[in-house]
Amino acid sequence: MGKMSGLQKLRTGISGLDSISMGGLPRERTTLVAGSAGSGKTILAAQFLAEGIDQAGEGGVFVTFEEPPRAIRRNLASLGWDIAEWEEQGKWIFVDASAQVSEEASLIVGNYDMGALLARIENAVHTSGAARVSLDSLGAVFTRFGDTETVRNELFRITSVLRRLEVTSLMTAERMEEYGQISREGVEEFVADNVIILRNVLEDEKRRRTVEILKFRGTSHQKGEFPFTILPEQGFVVIPLSEIDLEYESTDLRITSGSKEMDEMCGGGFYRDSIVLVSGATGTGKTLMVTEFIAGGVKSKERCLLFAFEESREQFFRNATGWGVDLRPMEEAGYLKVVCEYPEVSSLEDRLIEMRRILDEFKPQRVAIDSLSALERVSTKKSFREFVLGITSHLKQMETAGLFTSTAPTLLGGESVTEAHISTLTDSIILLRYVEIYGEMRRGLTVLKMRGSQHDKNIREFTIDGRGMHIGKPFRNVGGILAGNPVQLETSEISRLGSMFEG
Amino acid sequence: MSAYIFDLYIAGHTSRSRQAARSMERLCEERFPGDYSLNIIDVLEDPRAAEEEKIIATPTLVQRAPRAGRRIIGVPPDSETMLRALGLDALGWESANERA
Repeated sequence: MGKMSGLQKLRTGISGLDSISMGGLPRERTTLVAGSAGSGKTILAAQFLAEGIDQAGEGGVFVTFEEPPRAIRRNLASLGWDIAEWEEQGKWIFVDASAQVSEEASLIVGNYDMGALLARIENAVHTSGAARVSLDSLGAVFTRFGDTETVRNELFRITSVLRRLEVTSLMTAERMEEYGQISREGVEEFVADNVIILRNVLEDEKRRRTVEILKFRGTSHQKGEFPFTILPEQGFVVIPLSEIDLEYESTDLRITSGSKEMDEMCGGGFYRDSIVLVSGATGTGKTLMVTEFIAGGVKSKERCLLFAFEESREQFFRNATGWGVDLRPMEEAGYLKVVCEYPEVSSLEDRLIEMRRILDEFKPQRVAIDSLSALERVSTKKSFREFVLGITSHLKQMETAGLFTSTAPTLLGGESVTEAHISTLTDSIILLRYVEIYGEMRRGLTVLKMRGSQHDKNIREFTIDGRGMHIGKPFRNVGGILAGNPVQLETSEISRLGSMFEG
Repeated sequence: MSAYIFDLYIAGHTSRSRQAARSMERLCEERFPGDYSLNIIDVLEDPRAAEEEKIIATPTLVQRAPRAGRRIIGVPPDSETMLRALGLDALGWESANERA
């Protein structure tokens, strides 16, 4: 529509980047990628070419100012790419402009330009038929040549030549701060109309990598920072959260929660594509609900996937047997897949990507996560919220039902941090609470919300035995259960309250 | 066999290239008459030569003999500057610090 959509984009082939850039990098232009040390600039620059070769059969030229070609070959080999092979095939050409340690340093005695570098780049583009060029990194050029004005002019000349050659290029530059000046030299922004920023921020003692498209000249892109990770075999993986289209085709189809009484409380069962959050203190019955959810699914011939972060597989199976559910034959028949891991093992970003991969592979109709709180404990608030956003959106797209558990902080209830963060992201919330009455600990549960459906508003008592969960009658004459302060109401109080609803 | 061998890399027929070539030719004629070899290489015509030597800037003078590997970038304002850069004094002899 008008000017903004005019400029064409080149799909990079880098997971998630094409999404947040809304189509890729501006075609036949230079994009500056600025980032602090260790932010992943060189890998991105190299991957830009690698994906071009892998996915589009397009050749690439890598102009390296900092690292020698052998170091880059080595680094990318650890990600699974064989650059030497591409070089042999003429698809990848290095223009080695890195400092030659063995030589004596060059003396600069007068005016010069970078005509030789330009000639080499142009020659390389012609020889390989390259459509993509990466230049890494500008900081090294300024350091070696010192003369800012000449270097700046020559960089500008290089971008002009690249444009004439009709290649799409990516130039990297250093930054000193994560949230300050765009680049160390402060001049590079004059040579590129398009700027992407990579950040590697330390937050709550954890690293958070983000990518932000600061500007694209003449074409649109998504704004703000997006988390990314760098994985072996895949390289850069950007998590495009805003891709989440909150207007999903919602279905009226109901599925069983695994408990007939619960289904009734929910107005007929859970919706096919809903995300249910079960919150309760330790021991209230969350894992039992997960078990019944799985059993109910398998009985309906649905494939179920469980991500367990609180218990081992054996423990989980043992507990299930104690409730009368034998999970082993389900697993053997291929209806159940259990993935157990220590939450500390990966970052949430990596965890999300791994879980999505397993989801895409196993294609379950139901997914349970026990518990979200275990993951929350090992991440920052932002990462956690993004993780939940990422996993729920993936489930929604797959029209898969999800059941997530979260641990309430105190025995009697109160609002957990997990809930505060993510209650808006889930469709249904079920609370499990201990209720202290006459010196006894009883159990209560309620459906707090159920998007799009009528549901039982009562807080019902439930029991657990060798045959699972049994939901019974609503608590009468007890108030303050959800607040964590169950209090028996006096008879007079009951009639007073009752009178409020008369008429 | 010349005592002094130089390769001068230039980019195209620009005034900068001409200046660099002329000033080096003049210097060689004055200081090492009959005893030098100056090759002028246009990287635009022969980019592979530039690639082989990893030349970035032009003009770049690469000395091959008697000291191989020395590189000097840019058009010198005068011949004294170039001589100094080559480690030679005004008479064309190796300066003291070179011999050390």
